[in-house]
Amino acid sequence: MRWRLEIRDATPLWLNVLLPLLAILATLILCGGLIVLAGANMFDAYATMFSSALSSKFALTETLVKATPLIFTGLAVTIAFKAKFWNIGAEGQLLTGAMAAAYVGALEALPGWSLIPLMLLAGAAAGAATAIFPAYLKTRYKVDDVVTTLLLNFVILYAMTALLDGVWKDPISGYPDSPDILSAAEFPVFLARTRLHLGVLLAFIGAPLVWFVMKRTTLGFAIEAVGENAHAAAFSGHKTSVVILASAAVSGLLAGLAGVGEVGGLHFQVMATISPGYGYTGIVIAMLARLNPLGVLPAALFFAVIITGADSMSRATGVPVFLADVIQGTALVTMLIGLMFTRYRLRWQRVVHSVQEM
Amino acid sequence: MTTTAPLLQMRGICKYFGSVRANEEVDLTVTPGEIIGLLGENGAGKTTLMNVLFGVYTADAGQIDIAGTPATIRNAADALHLGVGMVHQHFHLVSHHSVMENLLVGQPGRWGQLDRPYIEQRLQEIRSRFGLEMNLDDQVRDLSIGQQQRLEIIKALLRGARLLILDEPTASLTPQEADGLFDALRAMAAQQMGVIFISHKLHEIRAVTTRVVIMRYGRVTATVVNDDSTTNRQLAELMCEHEIVAPVKASSTPGRELLRLVGICTAGGLRPALQDIDLQVHAGEILGVAGVSGNGQTELADVMSGMLTPLSGQMWLDGQVLRKITPRQVQRQGLGRIPEDRMHTGLITTLPLSSCMVLPRIHEHRFSRFGVLNRKAIRQFTKEQMQAFDVRASGPDVRTGTLSGGNLQKVLLARELAWDPTVLLAAQPTRGLDIAAAQFVHEHLLRLRTEGKAVVLISEDLEELFALSDRIVVMYEGVINGRMPIAEATVQNVGLLMAGITEAA
Repeated sequence: MRWRLEIRDATPLWLNVLLPLLAILATLILCGGLIVLAGANMFDAYATMFSSALSSKFALTETLVKATPLIFTGLAVTIAFKAKFWNIGAEGQLLTGAMAAAYVGALEALPGWSLIPLMLLAGAAAGAATAIFPAYLKTRYKVDDVVTTLLLNFVILYAMTALLDGVWKDPISGYPDSPDILSAAEFPVFLARTRLHLGVLLAFIGAPLVWFVMKRTTLGFAIEAVGENAHAAAFSGHKTSVVILASAAVSGLLAGLAGVGEVGGLHFQVMATISPGYGYTGIVIAMLARLNPLGVLPAALFFAVIITGADSMSRATGVPVFLADVIQGTALVTMLIGLMFTRYRLRWQRVVHSVQEM
Repeated sequence: MTTTAPLLQMRGICKYFGSVRANEEVDLTVTPGEIIGLLGENGAGKTTLMNVLFGVYTADAGQIDIAGTPATIRNAADALHLGVGMVHQHFHLVSHHSVMENLLVGQPGRWGQLDRPYIEQRLQEIRSRFGLEMNLDDQVRDLSIGQQQRLEIIKALLRGARLLILDEPTASLTPQEADGLFDALRAMAAQQMGVIFISHKLHEIRAVTTRVVIMRYGRVTATVVNDDSTTNRQLAELMCEHEIVAPVKASSTPGRELLRLVGICTAGGLRPALQDIDLQVHAGEILGVAGVSGNGQTELADVMSGMLTPLSGQMWLDGQVLRKITPRQVQRQGLGRIPEDRMHTGLITTLPLSSCMVLPRIHEHRFSRFGVLNRKAIRQFTKEQMQAFDVRASGPDVRTGTLSGGNLQKVLLARELAWDPTVLLAAQPTRGLDIAAAQFVHEHLLRLRTEGKAVVLISEDLEELFALSDRIVVMYEGVINGRMPIAEATVQNVGLLMAGITEAA
């Protein structure tokens, strides 16, 4: 008598909805152990965490602002993973997008009205180019995309640091951050006394838009076909390299926009700490959303709550803020375990003892 | 307890999937020295029964005794431990390793060492007992399908299997290789082992088994002792609910040339190289391509499908030479293709049926405008094709992989014939299909012929080739080493050509 795993014929719909919720619950319980170790009450800590991120109007808008880059990177990872282009490089693509936006936004030669559209274009193009490069290496030379996209993050990060310590260094203060963008390049805020900027709006429009592309267009159709079985897709006449490059381009574009939003809407410049790993968190979000673009919205919001709430929780209960990172990592693990149950189910093995015949 | 306890006794096995009764009160006994033929159409419950035996599924009721003792089997390793081995239709070998290394997998070595002398000794034993030969240093990727199967059998024997189960074992063997397999199975039975032989091929079931167990709708409906009085017709009628009709070939006069290959050569390496292939197929004609698996038929089909770029040579379709032979080009020029591997090349099993149905044509105006899918049209088209080709599935949104083999092949036929191709390339179109499904495929190939289309039929089933083809070419080591009209073809002369023997004129 024992539990055993059995292959499922089909995944019921309710499971797809329930699974991320259960994964989150399991994560909070597991991380609760750490809170107890830190000498605090688990329920108090979580209550502080969630209420501080959701209770006031301002806190709510800040959570939305925090969710914005996470939505973009979550969507970026989703679309790449759908094509089985393992883009671990959303972090680097975000940074190139941010740098391009900071560069364009500070150009005084351009007419003021053109700055914001050009920043968006430049950031998207920079992010796309950053993703197309490893995708080209993958399709043309079969270079492993996990390695190239991951390592490119560090190449870009240190190149950026070199820029910030070199030509972009503030000549007066000596701080390693880029010159501020022009005020005409700053994203409009559409709710007074908050930081709800244009990028937030774009992110929330972006999710249904990406959903539409994936589910309702020939591009999404081809991406899914190539991702599920590239050989069969090629047999049916789809150009798999082109499809992978296209998915990489869209993926990089979205990650680039995450960087543009941070520069145009929040920081108005690039500094070394502009992304505390949004690109990597995007991977967790995409997995939690089960690669569904609409699922990216709640998943990103959840992480935004954790990240913003962790500060208040830390101040109120003395639990270190790093708990937010632990929760992110644990959520990925619980979700991956949960994904197993979409393919298998747990069954109680019965052994039927019948009368031994003579 | 008697002295000859059955090797296997399954009693009252029930397995339900929701409301579907895949197995209902199934009893199956194998005593030493028996070769049991397990016969049944697709969906009759044979595979489910074997999956229950190997612990892939847990039975909802019933008991399994092995050698007289109740057994709990959780996986294939447990089964093997109890002396039950299985050779699947799809082999589980590491293709980039040698025969030796494949045999060593899972063998207990002393202090983790690879115990080569031990394997050699056991292999010698197996050779003398069952006549199964194997060169330890060959790389698995260089072995023919028949040799790979032999390796799978040896692997099971090496680990002490006393009951061997073979699932569709002759699907890709030559007549001679199949005979070799049968000899080995008979030797096993003679030495008090047991064999379960799962197949659709009635003449093989008759040739090799001692007893035939027939399954229908998840139940064992008949058990027949196989002797001289057993006939194909008798077995077929027990197995199917419908009448078996041999394909009727209407007379047809070949028309103009629709397909022509000139001097096709491909690079070798890991795959056999095609050398200077010339072919013509005319309207109203079925050209049969015979050959032992691994002699270039797969490569020929890949070249024609656009999946393998030839080093040199030309391909003409309907009087026009193709500038580039790509999947897109050949489809545009009117070539329909039924690939050898319907699960991995033809269809994408994880996608909905409707997606597979329009996979090659998604950019057509009726299915998408300006890159936006017309989902209504796609579903409607899928429903129509499902109806026209009798695809049994709950609807256009069902996951393709849940369909049975016969239904998957119908989906492929429906997809490829929907666009009225002038030439159809059918590679192993009935491999692994049951009689009814194979018959359905044959009818469609013959219908195309009557309609004045050309068909290239690549098959390893000589019976099928002889029944359908107007002309036959035989491939051996990448070369066409014989061509003849069907009237001149016999199992003997085609068999010799398949073995590479060309008579000196």
